[in-house]
Amino acid sequence: MPDAAAETNLGAPATEMIDVAISSLQDTEQIVLEGINWRVAVGDYWAVGGLHASGKSDLLATAVGIMRPVRGRYRVFGQELGAGFEEDLLAARLRLGLVFEGGRLFHHLSVAENIALPLCYHRNRTLAEATEQVQALLELTALDLWADKAPGELRRNWQQRTGLARALALEPDVLLLDNPLTGLDPREAFWWLNLLDQLATGHPILGRRPMTLVVAADDLRPWRERARQFAMLKNKEFINLGTRATLTTHDESLFHELLGTTASRP
Amino acid sequence: MQKQAASAGEEADSTFLWRASLPRSYLGFFGQKLVRFLVAVHGLGAFTLITLGAMFSKCGVARNVMRPLILGHLARAGLRLLPMIIFLAAALGLVVIGQTVSLLSRVGAENFHLLGMVMVTVVVRELGPLLAALFVLTRSGAANVIELGTARALGEVEALEVLGIDPIHYLVVPRVLGMALGIFSLTVYLILGALASGYLWAFIQDVPLTPGDYFSQLAAALNGLDFVLLALKTFLFGLLISVVTCYHGLAQPLRLADVSRATVRAVAQSVVGCVLLDALFIVVYLVA
Repeated sequence: MPDAAAETNLGAPATEMIDVAISSLQDTEQIVLEGINWRVAVGDYWAVGGLHASGKSDLLATAVGIMRPVRGRYRVFGQELGAGFEEDLLAARLRLGLVFEGGRLFHHLSVAENIALPLCYHRNRTLAEATEQVQALLELTALDLWADKAPGELRRNWQQRTGLARALALEPDVLLLDNPLTGLDPREAFWWLNLLDQLATGHPILGRRPMTLVVAADDLRPWRERARQFAMLKNKEFINLGTRATLTTHDESLFHELLGTTASRP
Repeated sequence: MQKQAASAGEEADSTFLWRASLPRSYLGFFGQKLVRFLVAVHGLGAFTLITLGAMFSKCGVARNVMRPLILGHLARAGLRLLPMIIFLAAALGLVVIGQTVSLLSRVGAENFHLLGMVMVTVVVRELGPLLAALFVLTRSGAANVIELGTARALGEVEALEVLGIDPIHYLVVPRVLGMALGIFSLTVYLILGALASGYLWAFIQDVPLTPGDYFSQLAAALNGLDFVLLALKTFLFGLLISVVTCYHGLAQPLRLADVSRATVRAVAQSVVGCVLLDALFIVVYLVA
């Protein structure tokens, strides 16, 4: 269950990586990032940029706790995630949610069942008992019409929205998103950016509790005026770019590429 | 000159290999097969232990999600296969009784008091359980590998882990329970059906045997151990098939293109495993 103190305690550490090295999710022998020192505080809104295969998804997989760091220490709300039994770490892990690129829905379940699964599994509810909460999430993501469809029948944007609704079902404190805007049209992208802004400042569906957000993206342009903290992955390194105010002081060519400002540089 | 010497040396090498009774390439081939077999046994053993661990340690977890899942898999590996099993039972009764009656007539045996014993030995102890297990393997075991392999290749397993759901508990345990119970129940129906259809065929062939005699022959041939071993054998067949098919679908990272190969491998290993297990039970029967 969420810790009431942490909910209101903006600025307290949510997740902390200390000198962490991360392997690839596909090939656990291969190190993709090392020497990461990264502290995400409650209420932060991070945008992490990086080109393809720079290790964004692996970073998020480690951050959400499905992969253990190869080296270093990783704490989530004060609890070490690097060691210990799965059951003991579950409570800390469930305070983190991840929206995969493309949604990664369970194809044997309908849209509504996908959203209900975490609720039913962790709170031991039947589908009927979870209806109210699932309906609220379906309305939030405008998925009501598709509730009974199989994920395979949906277009990519609706699959992505279902992934978001499923991640929000357990009301996590920290939401991680992997390339949420990939392949979306401008109107859909605008819907996502607006909803994430509302979640960051406090959405009624979560009792107006500000949510901590971490977005990993190939393209940082949409996040330029929305995220509050920035970082970038380059050559196996995690480069903390600081807040929006200090952003322009960086003279890194990749950083300007990610922000789409390369042409304007002297 | 050097080239000539080298080619002469190669010739000598190849002659040596040609004359050798078991060339190195054969040894390498069998060695590779053996190592692969041991790696597979090691992986399967570990996977079985993890599955049994999850089954017992998470016994009461998420009952409202798990119960419908287990019932669904029981229906899939049991109830829905019942019509086909009845058909197989009718055919099995016919072939066993048909062959036995013809053999007994040829050797001049006048009374057919051996029929019950043959049915118990062939159908109850051997063919019934094995046939039911292999049938469930083809219908539902192969589907397991394809479903789980596709889920694995599409990253659904990682999605389960992110939601704090143990993939072994959610995906494997219901399949193991459904398949073990399914094979057990189908074997019982297959045996009952084959015994009944066997009598029917004997009756059609004008064998002088009353139903009472037939059933007293069956009862005399059966003993308590048969029931225990039958239950044990069918549950072990279910465990073996479900664990092997789930292991090949789930345990290794797969690409979509690998799913068909994994299915073929899982079906082949399940068949070999079932036959070996069956052979092991023969030893038990012979000793007992």
